[in-house]
Amino acid sequence: MLAERRSALAHQFDDPAQQHEASSLGMWAFLLTEIMLFGGLFVGYTVYRTAYPAGFIAGSQHLDVLLGTLNTAILISSSLTMALSVHAAQVGHRQLLIRFLLLTMLLGLVFLGIKGYEYWHKYHESLVPGIRFSYDGPYQSQVQLFLVFYFLMTGLHALHMVIGLGLLAILAVLAWRGVFSPAYSTPVEIIGLYWHFVDIVWIFLYPLLYLLG
Amino acid sequence: MESYFRLFPEQASTIAGRVDGLYAFLIGVTVFFAGLIFLLLLSFLLKYRRRPGHIHLPHREGNNWLEAVWILIPLALTMVIFVWGARLYATVMLDPPAGALEVYAVGKQWMWKFQHPDGQREIDELHVPVGHPVQMTMTSQDVIHSFFVPAFRIKMDVVPGRYTTIWFEASKPGVYHLFCAEYCGTAHSGMHGRVVALPPTQYQEWLSSNRVVESMASTGARIFQQMGCGSCHDAEGLAPPMAGVFGSSVTLASGDRVLADEGYIRESILDPRAKIVAGYAPIMPTFQGQFSEEELSQLVAYIKSLGKQSADGS
Amino acid sequence: METAPATRREHYLNVNYSPTSWLLTTDHKRIALLYLISITFFFFVGGAAATVLRLELMTPQGDLVQSETYNILFTMHGIIMIFFFLIPSIPAVLGNFLVPLMIGARDLAFPRLNLLSWYVFNLGGLCTIIAIAGGGVDTGWTFYTPYSTTYANGYVILTALGVFIAGFSSILTALNFIVTIHTMRAPGLTWFRLPLFIWAHYATSIIIILGTPVLAIAIALVAVERLFHVGIFDPALGGDPVLFQHLFWFYSHPAVYIMVLPSMGVVSELITCFARKRIFGYTFIALSSIAIAVLGFFVWGHHMFVSSQSVYASMVFSFLSMLVAIPSAVKVFNWTATLYKGSIAYDAPLLYALGFIGLFTIGGLTGLFLAALAIDVHVHDTYFVVAHFHYIMVGGTVMGYLGGIHYWWPKISGRLYPEGWAKFAALMVFVGFNLTFFPQFVLGYLGMPRRYHAYPDEFQVLHVMSSAGASILAVGYLVPLVYLLWSLRYGALAGPNPWGATGLEWQTPSPPPTDNFAATPVVTQPPYAYDTQEEATHVG
Repeated sequence: MLAERRSALAHQFDDPAQQHEASSLGMWAFLLTEIMLFGGLFVGYTVYRTAYPAGFIAGSQHLDVLLGTLNTAILISSSLTMALSVHAAQVGHRQLLIRFLLLTMLLGLVFLGIKGYEYWHKYHESLVPGIRFSYDGPYQSQVQLFLVFYFLMTGLHALHMVIGLGLLAILAVLAWRGVFSPAYSTPVEIIGLYWHFVDIVWIFLYPLLYLLG
Repeated sequence: MESYFRLFPEQASTIAGRVDGLYAFLIGVTVFFAGLIFLLLLSFLLKYRRRPGHIHLPHREGNNWLEAVWILIPLALTMVIFVWGARLYATVMLDPPAGALEVYAVGKQWMWKFQHPDGQREIDELHVPVGHPVQMTMTSQDVIHSFFVPAFRIKMDVVPGRYTTIWFEASKPGVYHLFCAEYCGTAHSGMHGRVVALPPTQYQEWLSSNRVVESMASTGARIFQQMGCGSCHDAEGLAPPMAGVFGSSVTLASGDRVLADEGYIRESILDPRAKIVAGYAPIMPTFQGQFSEEELSQLVAYIKSLGKQSADGS
Repeated sequence: METAPATRREHYLNVNYSPTSWLLTTDHKRIALLYLISITFFFFVGGAAATVLRLELMTPQGDLVQSETYNILFTMHGIIMIFFFLIPSIPAVLGNFLVPLMIGARDLAFPRLNLLSWYVFNLGGLCTIIAIAGGGVDTGWTFYTPYSTTYANGYVILTALGVFIAGFSSILTALNFIVTIHTMRAPGLTWFRLPLFIWAHYATSIIIILGTPVLAIAIALVAVERLFHVGIFDPALGGDPVLFQHLFWFYSHPAVYIMVLPSMGVVSELITCFARKRIFGYTFIALSSIAIAVLGFFVWGHHMFVSSQSVYASMVFSFLSMLVAIPSAVKVFNWTATLYKGSIAYDAPLLYALGFIGLFTIGGLTGLFLAALAIDVHVHDTYFVVAHFHYIMVGGTVMGYLGGIHYWWPKISGRLYPEGWAKFAALMVFVGFNLTFFPQFVLGYLGMPRRYHAYPDEFQVLHVMSSAGASILAVGYLVPLVYLLWSLRYGALAGPNPWGATGLEWQTPSPPPTDNFAATPVVTQPPYAYDTQEEATHVG
């Protein structure tokens, strides 16, 4: 049976429990590197925000709070559907697993769609530093700096979302092929961890970027 | 500059001897501990050389008291070194003695430009008096450089966009190397100059023989008039008055208080919105790109000359 | 002494000779050898750059190469040696080979990620080599802004990309080690029975996980600024050039512990084996690695004492830098105590370990000079710093690396290296090293700045001494290359445990079979139980 073959032990492990523990620990350790990666950008952001409080508030006014809030709600919902898909995998509900995975992907796509719209709108307004930027208001350099960090932080986040969507797609295909079972749901669990992490990063980005002032 | 073989540079400043004192202590600590380790290693290597019919000698695998000793003794030593170094550092890095001569320096690829308060300018050469403290206020026109005079044991990075300061007091007449000590591009090793320390009378002679029409402050006053700064700053209520502002503690619109030092003056010219004084509207235009660093320092010198309070606010 | 078996025993080297079986291997031992080839290549490229530098510095004038060429050479020397030799060296070669063996496992937790890490490493190296071929970069390995973002010509972004990619390779290795050590230890192998080599690699992996991503961001910001000029580090646009230094050194200081901790792990193994004695102060040495890893993250500002950092911040960094010296001192004292009442054989690996202890002691003590604020003001960015870090990196890390290569050579290759030549090379390295770098302490205090193409006449004598030493050092590095390769074909066959050492890696044939052990070992002894260990079969 495909399910049993797939859950077969990789040769370096002694038993499935060890394999599962290793995969989990590996994902947690990897997420730790991701925290440090985003952390570097957060530090840069914090330094400049502390130096230029008024300029950063001015910059934040150019973001659409409504869209940001909507995206936050979408992403939190996607974490819910992801958690539900993990649960479905653990209890062996193949149909539910696939549906929740697809739903998570859909929500992720909507998030990216809204983000894409925001980026396009910025381009339209000539507020993309280095590419198309002309701004006559006060605190010009500081608004530019704010927007640099806006694009870098949300861009890095969006990149992680795209990768996450790819991983979810692979999971959905494997789920459709019947690879997962109560005995073997590790990949769903660890990608679930990854997805939750991407969500949490956004939960920090949202107030720092959208809710200033 | 002598060319015979030496292990230390000349001690030509008031702190050089103190820095060398700490250095000597550190050398002593190094020789002691490295020597101790080497002697122990050597004696163990010889005494416990593997011989045929080897017998395992009874021994301990650890000794917490010994660990405590060789943690606490180095810890105590490092704390001594820390405090000694920190105090000397504070002397060098914090405010100079009162009455220091204020020299402005601009580093650029690949030369040093100096301005004396009376207006004399030098390139790659700096004349200073012996026995009188000198405060360098420095900035860069391009990349990060570093002002390094080995004989004085001082060094300070020269950073674009801000002023950095270092002070020294030459203790011995002579000509000393001035190196750029932060890699700054192709001719970094060519950014080499000399500090010429002259006894006080000869220094005065040098100043007079290099008589310049305008002091830095006068040049600054002229720029201030020509650029129309007075139209706001001399008018009541439009902009903060310049008299007496230097060295004072200024309350900003945000509620914070800042010290109106050289850096604050310079920033306010280039980015007036950054720290607006409470009670004034943000109407000052920016002069970014309109002044060279030399002109900025001349403006700073002028504003300083309009009544200066010392850094501690007295 | 074993005789060659009548039928050929299968092991990890001869199980399959095809190129695909090497290039698509997931066997940690083969991957270790793939890394060995890559990093040896980079070592000699970085060494070639250093050779030209030292030749140029024999005369005060810049007469061998032009300034720009000189600047490119020291930059490439630094980047290649740090990112493409030192950081991977022990972990990716000895760590990859030994971690599973030492803990009784068949492989690492993620063998395919391990192979990926080698390819990623070479991709990063390729970017850097292409950048060199295109003319290189002259920013210094430290990439300080705004020079690197606004003023430098050359392939800054491509070089930075190479380093960025190599960082991923490093992270993959570290992830593998952490998970493997946590989850795959043999039955009975509790944490405090682990060889100190494992503790060292565990601590190193923690540093890699936490620090490398911050370097990635620092480099990415340089690239963004260079491409788009948006003011991240440009003061004219509100940026802070010193912010780069903070982000850069937040990784690059812990990076030096990434480079030296594995070497300390090797030294612990060598000292116990060649003194035939349990290590003195096992727990202290094990925990000192963790202490160094943790404290090492809080001292980065000691690279910035004259950068316009606040005086008070500098004092905090100086204080913490003093503290981080203590765990290293603890190791040196414990190693010395281990030799007391031991039964010491002077084989080449021990000579390298002793060289490490001596040179690292000097390097570490000179670190105190640099941590002392007032001294650093004088010697920052001079040859004093250059001497200090070469004592640690070369006198420390490379000595440990060579000692480890020699010690585990029989296990890796199934052959013994020629002991006489090995002792000769160890001596050459030690003498050459000291002659090269000790004069640089004097040069630094005299005021000779680093990264200088030409210099005032009075510094020439010391520079000539240094360059002379470098020529001896070069011989010391080339000789092992020759005899180690020679030994692959002509060296005496090694048995499973020529040194009579403890440790699970010696309980399996040399070279080991692909799955390392016929049956999973069970551990009942504490580490380094030499009092109950068999004698060495190989007498040096």
